[in-house]
Order: sequence, then structure tokens, then C-alpha cells
Amino acid sequence: MKHTLRHESAGKQAAWRAWLQAPLPWAGILLLAAIFGMTSLRPLFAAGYPQLDRPIYLQDSFWSLTQAHLLIVLVSSSAAMLIGVLAGIGVTRRAGHEFRSLVETVVAIGQTFPPVAVLAIAAPLMGFGAKPALLALTLYGLLPILQGTIAGIESVPRAAREIAEGLGMNPRQILWHVELPLAAPVIVGGIRTSVIINIGTAAIASTVGAKTLGSPIIIGLSGFNTAYVIQGAVIVGLLAIVTDLAFEQLTRYLARWRHNPALLLRTQATQ
Amino acid sequence: MIEFHQVSKQFERRTVVDDLTLTIAQGEFTVFIGASGSGKSTTLKMINRLIEHDSGYIRFAGEEIRRFKPEEIRRRMGYAIQSIGLFPHWTVEQNIGTVPQLLKWPRTRIRERVTELLTLLHLEPEQFRQRYPHQLSGGQQQRVGVARALAADPEVLLMDEPFGALDPVTRAALQIEIARIHQLSGRTIVLVTHDIDEALRLADRIVLLDHGRIIQQGAPASFLTDPANDLVRDFVGRSDIGIKLLALEVVSHYARPGEVVAGVAISNTLSLREALSIFVERRVSSLPVVDAQGKPAGALHFADLLKPDAAS
Repeated sequence: MKHTLRHESAGKQAAWRAWLQAPLPWAGILLLAAIFGMTSLRPLFAAGYPQLDRPIYLQDSFWSLTQAHLLIVLVSSSAAMLIGVLAGIGVTRRAGHEFRSLVETVVAIGQTFPPVAVLAIAAPLMGFGAKPALLALTLYGLLPILQGTIAGIESVPRAAREIAEGLGMNPRQILWHVELPLAAPVIVGGIRTSVIINIGTAAIASTVGAKTLGSPIIIGLSGFNTAYVIQGAVIVGLLAIVTDLAFEQLTRYLARWRHNPALLLRTQATQ
Repeated sequence: MIEFHQVSKQFERRTVVDDLTLTIAQGEFTVFIGASGSGKSTTLKMINRLIEHDSGYIRFAGEEIRRFKPEEIRRRMGYAIQSIGLFPHWTVEQNIGTVPQLLKWPRTRIRERVTELLTLLHLEPEQFRQRYPHQLSGGQQQRVGVARALAADPEVLLMDEPFGALDPVTRAALQIEIARIHQLSGRTIVLVTHDIDEALRLADRIVLLDHGRIIQQGAPASFLTDPANDLVRDFVGRSDIGIKLLALEVVSHYARPGEVVAGVAISNTLSLREALSIFVERRVSSLPVVDAQGKPAGALHFADLLKPDAAS
């Protein structure tokens, strides 16, 4: 009894230590502190930039900017994910094979076109605001997702596919139960790259009038207010780091069947 | 059970299977053997429609196989391959339960079936059920592969060089296992191999293929006593045909009952090949024999090895 208690508390301690050592919670706390505590840093920025009348960006709350920024990222990344993953699945089917190089080329062009150029063309046509920004960001984010999906599905072992067919799975079942779960870590890797790039790039949406964390940066750049630029950039940077760390956790979860030390220990214990 | 009639298959104008006619009887253990490119694997895969034949017809349970949906016919046949192809993201239990799940068996029935099969293949169920394939040795993985092929009680078991990638010890153990499963269940089994010893050990009937044609088919002993041509002779190995013949016979059919001789007894379930080895090793001309329960069962004399087939 005593023994098991000690064992349990040791386990709890280890869990706590793991939590404390994990970077994700710390980065998250830092991000929230930056969003909600930026205005309290006024003395710091006033001391650093004594020539500025207004050393803290106050036109909008950083929280509302973060929300607007995340919404743009969420919508454009979801669109890119939907198009990219579907296209990737499509061109790896037997029937879609011929379209593969065409799709890859078109998507690669979307990537090489600078988002700023897309904005310059799209804004007069679609009007100012979030719409042209969503278009530019979606196009820009497609390539890593498409490539991740194709690479992921191609990495599925031939034997797994052959046996799935031989055991009587239909094509839809092979896709859902074998190909996608096995490809998931690589697909999510592509989505991760795309979303991280998107978080940074979404700042330029403020050049066409959308409110994002880019607003303090753009206003700061045009008004020679370096403090604004830093404030916007710090939050964008932390947002990207937190998102990246969260994706890392997700990737590890999706590939859990590859390394499962807890499970291995348990089965060894029963031997 | 399975019937090929003048079946041909071409890949890019190259004939892989050429006018093949063949009947596989219910409950028979048939082994397709041949060199690489002989068409043996293609022939096997045509049975469950992984490869579609070009001409002729193939019947399964009396019906042309094209009248079944491919998925349906595959679920009625077990399938195991050399690279095993366990799904790496599924546990042993999920892997074995693949076909029952496709057939929508209730969960408890699948669980019971998995326990049954793991026990049958000498894998401790509670220890292995939750493991992932990468936590198993090659031999254990292939056992799970065989269990998966057997899961939904298929009418036919198709195996494409299932033991090709295993070391000789593990391979021999699994060969014994599959022979036992065949004896227990009386299931129709079709196995592809390029290993003549495996074919001789397991088959009721061997079908030797070359360039998509059947060169010889029949009982294992007929390949040794009556090879159709030089190719067959080369395949079974010219120099040790006698040894291989001995391997097909068991001591119990040759021992002289009631005789008592001195020495350490051998089991009457050994093959004559193993008995020969013991004769030479001990440098004796007779050996006492015991049955499976360890009771005296007579004696085997060295000269008995030369007797014509004693069983018949």
C-alpha cells in the first residue's frame, strides 16, 4: 500500500515536471501576457522611444486585433486545407493521376506570386477589406498542403495498400482507414508550414484595410513609430510560436503508433 | 472449389499466364512453385481478382468469379503476403479484426475471435492484443498476418510467399503451424513459394509453373520419383532426391512392431530423413522406436529405409 502510494506520487511528480518542461504552456502564457499586458508596458516603450508622443498603439485593443488576425488566418487556412488536401487526394487516385503535374504547377504558381502582388491586383476588383486578403493568403498557403498530402499518401507502404485491397476493403475504405491515417503526420506537417507562414503573412492584409495585428506594424512603418512595429511584431511572432508548438503536439499524437513507450512498458510488465 | 479453364493473362503484350487449366479441390493444400516470373503469383492473385484474367474462366464455388463483387470475393478468402503488410497504425487486435469489422461483426464476437486466433498461433492474447506491429518480431508479425487471413473463417486461404522473408528457424516453425491449421480446419489453402522444400513439406498437390504454363502437377512424391523433364529435375535438386524422398515418409510406417533393440529410442513421428541422420550420427544399423506417448513401438533397421513405400 505504502509502496503503491509512493509510486503514484512519483508518477504525479513526473507528470508535473513534464508539464513544466513542455514549452507550449509557457509560450501560451507569454502570448496572453503580451496581448493583455502590452499597454502596461507604456513606461518601457516611453523610455525606449522618448521622441514619440504615443509610444503604445491604442486605436484598437490588441485582443480585438488578435481575434481579427486569427479569423483571417482561420478562414484562409481552412480554405487552403480543403482545396489542398482534396486536390492531393484527387491526383493520387488512379483516375486523377494525369492531372497531377498540372495541379502541382498551378499551385506552385500560386506560391511564387507574392501575396502583395495578389493584393494589388485583387483589391481594385474585390474592394478593400478582408476579401482580397483571404484570396491572397489562400493561394499562398496551398502549396505546402498539397505537397504534404501527396508526399504523405505516397509514403504509405505498398504492402499496406495491397493487403487492404486483398482483404476486401473498397477504395473509400482504403482511403479512410489506411491511406489518410498513415499519411496524417506528413499532411499535418504541410498544414503546419502553411499556417505558420499564413500567420506571418496575414499582417499585410492591413495594407488593404483589414484589421489585423499588421495594423500597428503598417501604421508604425508609415508613421516612423518603431514602438508600434515592435508591439505588433512581438504578438505575431508569439502567435506563430504557440501555433507551431501546438502542431507539434498534434503531429506527435497522430504518429503515436510509431513510438508508444507507455504501452511498451505496460506490455513488458505483464510478461 | 476453384477451377481455372484455359486462363491467360498478358501484361503489356507479354504473356504471363498461358492457357492455364487447373482444378483445386475443396480442402486441398495446393502449392504453386516456380522461378521468378513463372506466373505463380499472378495466378494466385487472379483467384481473388487482385489481377483480372484476360481470357478463359475462373470459377469459385461453381460460379465465374467476375459475377462476384471483388470486395465480396476477397472477404470470403483469406490473404497473406510476404511483406506481411500489417497496418502499422493499428494494434494486433485491430489488424486481426480487419475483415470481421468489414463484415460488421459485433464487437464482442470480434474480440473472442481475436483471442481464439492468437491462442491458435501461440501468441499470448493478453500480452499481444494491444501491441503495435513495430513492437513485434518478424515471426510474430507473420503469425499475426496469418491470424488476420484466417479471421473471418474464409473458405479459401491464399498465401503469397508468406514465409519468404523469415529466417530458417522461424520459417520452419510457421510451416509446422500452417500444416497444423490445415489439418485442424480442413480449409482449402493455396500457397505460392519458390522453395521446393517448403512445397514438399506442406503440399497435398504441387503445381510447378514456368513461363505461365504448368510443367507438372501432382503429389509431392511424384515430383521426386517421376519428374516430367529436366527443368523439374533441376528444381527438385538432382543430387539429393533420395534424401527428399525419405523426408516424405514417417518412421511409424517402416518400424518393425514388437522387435526390441538396445539404444536410445527415437519417436515414430520423425521422418525417415531424420532417422537416417540418426543412424549415421550414432553409427548403428538399428534403432528402438517409441510412439508419441513414449511407449515402445518396435525397431527400425537401416535396411528398412530402402523398402518400397511401406504405407501403401
